[in-house]
Amino acid sequence: MKIVLQNLTKKYPNRNRKIKEDVVAVNNFNFEIPDGQLIGLLGPSGCGKSTTLNMICGLEQPTEGRIFFGEDDVTDLPPENRGVGMVFQSYALYPHLTVRQNIRFPLENRKGKDKLSREEMDRMAEEAAKLVQIDGLLDRKPGEMSGGQQQRVAIARALVKVPRVLLLDEPLSNLDARLRLKTREEIRRIQRETGITTVFVTHDQEEAMSISDRIVVMEAGVVQQIGKPQDVYDDPINLFVAKFLGTPPINVFSGRVQGGKLFVGEDELFAVKGVPDQEVTVGIRPEGFEPDPEGSLPCGLIAVEVMGRDTSVVATHPAFQGEQIRTIIDSDERPDAGLKQVRFRIRPNKVHMFQPETGERIRFQIAAAQ
Amino acid sequence: MDKNNHKAWLYLLPAIIFLGIFMVYPLFDVMVYSVEEGYNSASQTFFGYGKYNFSYVLRDPYFLQAVKNTFILVIITVPLSTGIALMISVGLNSITPLKELFQTIYFLPYVTNTLAVGLVFMILFKKTPYTDGFINLIIHAFGGSAVDFIEGPYWAKMFVMCFYTVWVVLPFKILILTSALASVNPDYYKAARVDGTGSFRIFTRITLPMISPMIFYLVITGFIGAFKAYSDEVAIFGTDLNAAGMNTIVGYVYDMLYGDSGGYPSYASAAALILFAIVLTITCINLLISRKSVVHV
Repeated sequence: MKIVLQNLTKKYPNRNRKIKEDVVAVNNFNFEIPDGQLIGLLGPSGCGKSTTLNMICGLEQPTEGRIFFGEDDVTDLPPENRGVGMVFQSYALYPHLTVRQNIRFPLENRKGKDKLSREEMDRMAEEAAKLVQIDGLLDRKPGEMSGGQQQRVAIARALVKVPRVLLLDEPLSNLDARLRLKTREEIRRIQRETGITTVFVTHDQEEAMSISDRIVVMEAGVVQQIGKPQDVYDDPINLFVAKFLGTPPINVFSGRVQGGKLFVGEDELFAVKGVPDQEVTVGIRPEGFEPDPEGSLPCGLIAVEVMGRDTSVVATHPAFQGEQIRTIIDSDERPDAGLKQVRFRIRPNKVHMFQPETGERIRFQIAAAQ
Repeated sequence: MDKNNHKAWLYLLPAIIFLGIFMVYPLFDVMVYSVEEGYNSASQTFFGYGKYNFSYVLRDPYFLQAVKNTFILVIITVPLSTGIALMISVGLNSITPLKELFQTIYFLPYVTNTLAVGLVFMILFKKTPYTDGFINLIIHAFGGSAVDFIEGPYWAKMFVMCFYTVWVVLPFKILILTSALASVNPDYYKAARVDGTGSFRIFTRITLPMISPMIFYLVITGFIGAFKAYSDEVAIFGTDLNAAGMNTIVGYVYDMLYGDSGGYPSYASAAALILFAIVLTITCINLLISRKSVVHV
């Protein structure tokens, strides 16, 4: 089922009653989610991603705009008539019911000709439990299960009624790091197996990047960029997106273009084409640094952190906007930790240029090395 | 270890002394009184030990009347007040405008003195040679004939009694239940809505189980409180409850100690112990039922 969001807008009255102006939680969201895809809504807290999810679910009414599931306009339908399955951040499993009763709960609500027999409901509940691999725990209460298991029960409960759309609100935020990795693979597998169009909300870019077909980066209610995770990472549309994606985050410097050359502080990086002379903000991905005694960027060395395959070099530079530059380099190339200074060669394709005021991306071509 | 033990006992000592003097010793004393036959409080003498006090109390028509009154009061007011409180709390929980105002209004009886409330009830219900009272005016308006609620037929007096009790215990129950309802995670309701659960089913399958520990707490304390009813009766019917036929078990105990027929601490003790046995039995039954029906999250 494809989902179409048309000019979706949500405004709330301001909490502070003296301010007449409404708070815009989601501003003119347009997006067509292709059938059977896994979409990650990504952004910092308060960016409107959960509001968007709630509007797709039907728990909140949009102020403006329409929502379509396939060809059906569902904007004015209540959640129960939309055919959505929702997994809440808190899981919202009924603590007094067993896992089996929890999963069966949505089926028991059916009335009239849709009513199911006991056997039918049990069969469907068991099927859903099998899909999320908790079929051995059906008679437990949620309180007797681990967080990861509860998460699976919540997914099974959302899937048992065979929804047209599956919605997940911060599905991994209550799990520990190890379980988070495992569960996100699980979500990916379940989504692939069922083929249900799935939208999930997260503030964790790694989570979104790792399993989504498409990610939607939002800030302050406005969609910043939509695309495949790698594309958005490699080709961010503005400084916000560039900063938000990637761990460690992109390193941001004050720089300028002068005479067809890109400078960071007083250090010349490389020649660029197609950009007039101006002040720019330069973002360099952590993997864009290579230690090289002949390198163009001299930095003060703070620490060398060995992390197995990779090494993280922590450094400083006078033009750096922030405290410490973090780079990721191959462990074989790591500099001597005793040094005071280290020089880097910069990979031009890992460098992005932005307008200092607006954060808009400035596109440039790399001039042939001289 | 030993040293710590001494310290612990030392910390507990003040409470133990006070509880010993004011709780354990009197309890023990009540038991002794209850088996001392023919005790004379003036000369502090008695004939011997036996169970005569109990058989006297159990054959005393005033006591039997008091037991009957108390049971009727308990059976009617506990379920009724809990049910009404639940309805009002659910209502309060689902409105937003004026919620605080209504909460305050419902809580007013709790901060009002029992005797003052009793006086108000008297004015509303009492029939005097000069006026039939406010309630009777309403009954007249609907074409009924006046009833003397305070000195009239038994059912009328019992009605006032139950009405009064329900009204007095409501605020506390509403307070407890509204906070219990407010503490239910709203995600449960959202999840139920997404799954198309009807509002009645949401109430019976989600809300009620979630607040069942609090309901159970209210039922138990409600039973105990209603069995100990006395001051409310005095507030409406005056101190001579036997004459009004509206005595309660605690009222009987009081009368045996200090009333017109006072000076019988042995009978009072026996009656008090019978009340204790009744309350204990009921509470045990309650606990057994609750084990099956209350959800412990």
